[in-house]
Amino acid sequence: MTHHDIVIIGGGPAGLSAAAAARKAGIQDILILERDGVLGGILNQCIHNGFGLHTFKEELTGPEYAARYIAMVDEEKIPYKLNTIVADISKDREVTYINREEGLMTIKAGAIILAMGCRERPRGALNTPGYRPAGIYSAGTAQRLMNIEGYCVGKEVVILGSGDIGLIMARRMTLEGAKVKVVAELMPYSGGLKRNIVQCLDDYGIPLKLSHTIINIEGKERLTGITLAEVDQNRAPIPGTEEHYTCDTLLLSVGLIPENELSKGAGVSMNQVTSGPNVDDRLETEVEGIYACGNVLHVHDLVDFVSQEAALAGENAAAYVKTGRTGKEGRAVPLLAQNGVRYTVPQVLNTDTMEDTVTVRFRVADVYKDRYIAVYYDDKLISRKKKKVLAPGEMEQVVLKKSSFGDYPDISRIKICTEVE
Amino acid sequence: MEARNLICIGCPLGCPVTVTIDGDDISVTGNTCPRGADYARKEVTNPTRIVTSSIRVNGGAIARVSVKTKDDIPKSRIFEVMEEIRGTRVDAPVSMGQVLIADCAGTGVEIIATKSVDRV
Amino acid sequence: MSGLQYDVTIIGGGVTGAAVARELSRYQLKTCLVERAEDVCSGTSKANSAIVHAGYDAATGSIKAKMNVEGNRMMGQLSEDLDFSFRRNGSLVLCFDEEDRPALQALYERGVANGVPDLKIITGDQARAMEPNVTDQVVAALYAPTGGIVCPFGLTIALAENACDNGVEFKFLTEVTDIKKLEGGYELAVKGQDPITTRFVVNAAGVYGDVFHNMVCEDKIRIVPRKGDYCLLDREAGKHVDKTIFQLPGKYGKGILVAPTIHGNLLIGPTATDIDDKEGTYTTAAELAEAAKKSAISVKNIPYRQVITSFSGLRAHETNDEFIIGESAEGFFDAAGIESPGLSSAPAIGVYLAEMIARKAGARKKADFIATRKGIPHVAAMSREERAAIIKERPDYGTIVCRCENVSEGEIVDSIRRTLGARSLDGIKRRVRQGMGRCQAGFCTPRTMEILSREAGIPMEEICKNQPGSEMITGEA
Repeated sequence: MTHHDIVIIGGGPAGLSAAAAARKAGIQDILILERDGVLGGILNQCIHNGFGLHTFKEELTGPEYAARYIAMVDEEKIPYKLNTIVADISKDREVTYINREEGLMTIKAGAIILAMGCRERPRGALNTPGYRPAGIYSAGTAQRLMNIEGYCVGKEVVILGSGDIGLIMARRMTLEGAKVKVVAELMPYSGGLKRNIVQCLDDYGIPLKLSHTIINIEGKERLTGITLAEVDQNRAPIPGTEEHYTCDTLLLSVGLIPENELSKGAGVSMNQVTSGPNVDDRLETEVEGIYACGNVLHVHDLVDFVSQEAALAGENAAAYVKTGRTGKEGRAVPLLAQNGVRYTVPQVLNTDTMEDTVTVRFRVADVYKDRYIAVYYDDKLISRKKKKVLAPGEMEQVVLKKSSFGDYPDISRIKICTEVE
Repeated sequence: MEARNLICIGCPLGCPVTVTIDGDDISVTGNTCPRGADYARKEVTNPTRIVTSSIRVNGGAIARVSVKTKDDIPKSRIFEVMEEIRGTRVDAPVSMGQVLIADCAGTGVEIIATKSVDRV
Repeated sequence: MSGLQYDVTIIGGGVTGAAVARELSRYQLKTCLVERAEDVCSGTSKANSAIVHAGYDAATGSIKAKMNVEGNRMMGQLSEDLDFSFRRNGSLVLCFDEEDRPALQALYERGVANGVPDLKIITGDQARAMEPNVTDQVVAALYAPTGGIVCPFGLTIALAENACDNGVEFKFLTEVTDIKKLEGGYELAVKGQDPITTRFVVNAAGVYGDVFHNMVCEDKIRIVPRKGDYCLLDREAGKHVDKTIFQLPGKYGKGILVAPTIHGNLLIGPTATDIDDKEGTYTTAAELAEAAKKSAISVKNIPYRQVITSFSGLRAHETNDEFIIGESAEGFFDAAGIESPGLSSAPAIGVYLAEMIARKAGARKKADFIATRKGIPHVAAMSREERAAIIKERPDYGTIVCRCENVSEGEIVDSIRRTLGARSLDGIKRRVRQGMGRCQAGFCTPRTMEILSREAGIPMEEICKNQPGSEMITGEA
C-alpha cells in the first residue's frame, strides 16, 4: 500500500494553507486530494472581495486569495489529485479515494488533515411546507451556477437567511438584472457582516425583514410565490402577519453544516454544537494523527482565520510525522463554553505540551452589547475584556498563554464565558 | 449642520462611524482606522464602490472569468458598468490581472480578471 | 382490428399502468402507454410509503385483499427478475390499549382469512424486544413477517423499461382530454397532438381515474384525492427501527407509520386529508406536525431534527373504498381507485388485467418475451474488486457527482442513455438517487444539469426539474 506522510482531504483554502505550512515545516511527502477539477475550493465561486485583509493586508476577491495559496503549492511542487473523492478514512489512517484514472485506491497516511469544508442546509431540513417546485436553490448552488457556469437562476427573487452568502447573492442577482424583493431572516439579528448589509442590501434598496420566516411555498412546476410571516420569540409564526410575495426564485442561506461524513467513518468524535470534530490545541482530533481545520472543524466567517488555523494544523501534523508528537501525552484540560458562549475551538487544551500561546476561537449565542469576555481557570478569573458588540455571525477569539498555567498545575477546566457589567 | 450614521464597509469589521457635515467642513468619528475616515468622507460626498462580476470566455476551460473594477467607481454608475461587462466577451487564455475592459462605461476604471482561464 | 392504431392503450404511467404494460407485453398485442408527464412514476407512485403490505388490512373477499396478498407474494421473484430493491423487513401493527385488543385480534383473523402467511399476535414486551424503540405504552402487536419495503421508483421504472423492451410504446407529455367510442374501439383526443385510436383502453390514471371512467361508462365513480404528508429523515436515523411500524386504527384515529426505507432513510407519515385539488401535492405545517406528533405514539426518541425533506402524495381514494378493476364498459378496463395497497398490488393487478384483455382479444403469447431486466449498477454498493473493474471499463464510474448518495457520473449517464432514459433532473433522481441525500441536490445540481444537457442534447435553459414549466434556469447571465 502506498504511503504518504501527510494526506490532506480538500484542496480549498484550509487544505492549501495546511499543505504550505506542512511543507514549510519540512515534510516532503504531502498529497492533497480534491474532488473538484481545480484547487481553490469554495473561493473559486466567491468572486466578491473582502478576503485577505488580515493575511495579505490587501482586499482580494476569493479567486485571487485562492491563487496566492495555489501559487505556494505550485512553487513548492506539492502533489495533488483533482477530480478525486475520498470514499473512506479508517481509524488506522487508511484513505480510500476514487477517480477516473486510478479507480478505487487505498493509501496509508502518516497523518491526515481533514479540510473538507461544509455544505448548505437545504429547504428540506427546514421542513418548509408547500409545493416542491424548481426555482428553490441554496444560495451557494445559485452562486456556483452564476459565477462558474454563467447562468442566471431566476428573475424575481426572495432570499431566506441574512447570512453572508444570502447577502452577497442579493447583490449579485441584482447586478445581473434580477429583482430581489426581500431578504427574510428568522432571527432578530442578521447573521452576516454589517458591511454586507450596507453594500448588498442598502445600496440596492432591498428590504431586510428580521424575525420573519417563510411559511408556504407555491408553484407546482416552477416557484410562483411564497408567504412570509413574522415570528415570535420562540420563532413560531405569528398568525395575522402573513405577507405574500410573487417570485420565481427562492435562495436559501439558512446555515452551513460541516461536512463530516468521512470524519465519523474514522471514528472521530463530533461536537454537538459545531457539528465538527472535537480537537485539542494542536487541532488533533481524538484519533491520533488525524487533524482538522477550516469549515469542516467549525464554520468560519473570514477565510483569513481559516488560513491561520489550517497552517497550525499543517505544522502539527508535520511535527507528528517527524517526531510522533501529539498532545495526548499531556494533561487534557477541557474548555467549557458557558453563559452566552456557544462553543470553543479547541475543546481541549494540553497545558503541559501546548505551544507558548493558543488561540481559542468561539462564537456567542446572541447579540450582546457592552459585555465582557471572561476566562476562568477553574473558578479563578484570569482575564476580562470588554466588547462593545458581540454577535453570533462574528467569530471571536482569546489567546491563552502557556505561562499562565504555571500557577495552576492542578487545573481541571477552563471556562470561557460572557459576563455583564 | 448634519450628522449621518454609517457603517464603514472598508473591511469586515464594519465600524459604525458618524459623519458631521457643516457646510464644507466634514468630520468623522467612530472609525478605528484612517481608511474608515476616508470611506466616510467619500460616502457623503462622492460614494464609490468596487464592482465584481464575471465575463464570458470563449474557448476556455471554464465558461466565465471573474472580474473586478481595478479601482472603485461612482456608485451611481454601477449598472452602466454592469451592462458593459455583460456585453463583453473575451477569448481564452486569460491571465489573472489582465485588463479586459480598458475604460468601463467612461469611468476611466479598468475591468481586470481575478482568475486565470486556460485555453482548451 | 384494422384501422385502429393500437390494440391496447394504457392511460397512466404510474406503477399500475407500468405493471399492466409489462404483463400485456407478454402477448402479441400492439400496446402503447400514454403519460401526461415527461416520465413514468410522476404521480402518486413517486410519493407514497414505499410499503409492500402483508395484506391483513383489506376486507376479506375484496379485490383489494386478493390483489394485495398476491402482489406481495409475487414481489420477491419480481424484484430479482426486474432488478429493483425490495426487502421483507416485516411489520408490526401496534396496539396501545387493552380495550383495543379485539380490534387487533380481528385484524389477525382477517389476515389469516385473506391468506397472509405467518401472522402472529405478540406481546408489547416481545414487540419491544424486536424493536427497542417501540414505546412503552404498546400492550400488544400484530407481527407480519411478509411485510416489506420497496423502492417505488425502482419498481415502476423496472416494469416500464421491461414493457418497453418488449415492444410497448411509451408516449410522454401526452395528455388525454377526451375519449369517444368508435366502431370496435375508442378514440382518445390528445392535447396538442393527433388523436389515438385503440381497440381497448386501460384506465390507470390515478387521481384522474374518475375523469376517464366517467367519459365512457354509464355508472359514474368519484375519486377523491386523499393527501398524505410525509417526513423523510437522514440515513443516520435509518436504523431507528427495522420493521415497518403501524398503528392500530383505534382511539388515536387513523395511523401514521414509521418505517425504514429500502435506501436506509427513516420515513414518517402519511397523514390523511381529503382535498378537491387533483394537483394538490403540497405539504402543510399542520400535517407535518401531525405526522411527527402521531409517530411519537408508536416510536420513541425519533430524531426529528434529522429531517432532510418532506413531501406529499395523493392517494386515489374511491368513495366505496375498493379497487375498481375490470371491464367497466365494452373494451374499457379500469384499474381505478388504486390507493394503498396499490404499490403492493400492482404486479397482481398487471397480471389480472393483462390476462383478461388477452383473453378478450384472443391474443397469443410472444415466444421471445424478455422476462428479465438488469438495472443500473450502483457502484458504491459493489465490492472493491467489482468497483475497480467497472471503473477500468468505464472511467466515468470513477467520478462521483452526488456526494451524499455516492452516485457516479457513469450511473447518471446510464440513467439517460438506457430504455426510457431520464430527460429531467427528477427522472435522473428517481433512477439513480442523485439529489436524494442530505444536501438535497445542493452540491450535485450544476454537474447533473451539465451531464443531462450533454447526453440528451437539451440546452441548459431547457433543463427541467420535471415537466416543461419547471425549468431550472432562466438563461445565461
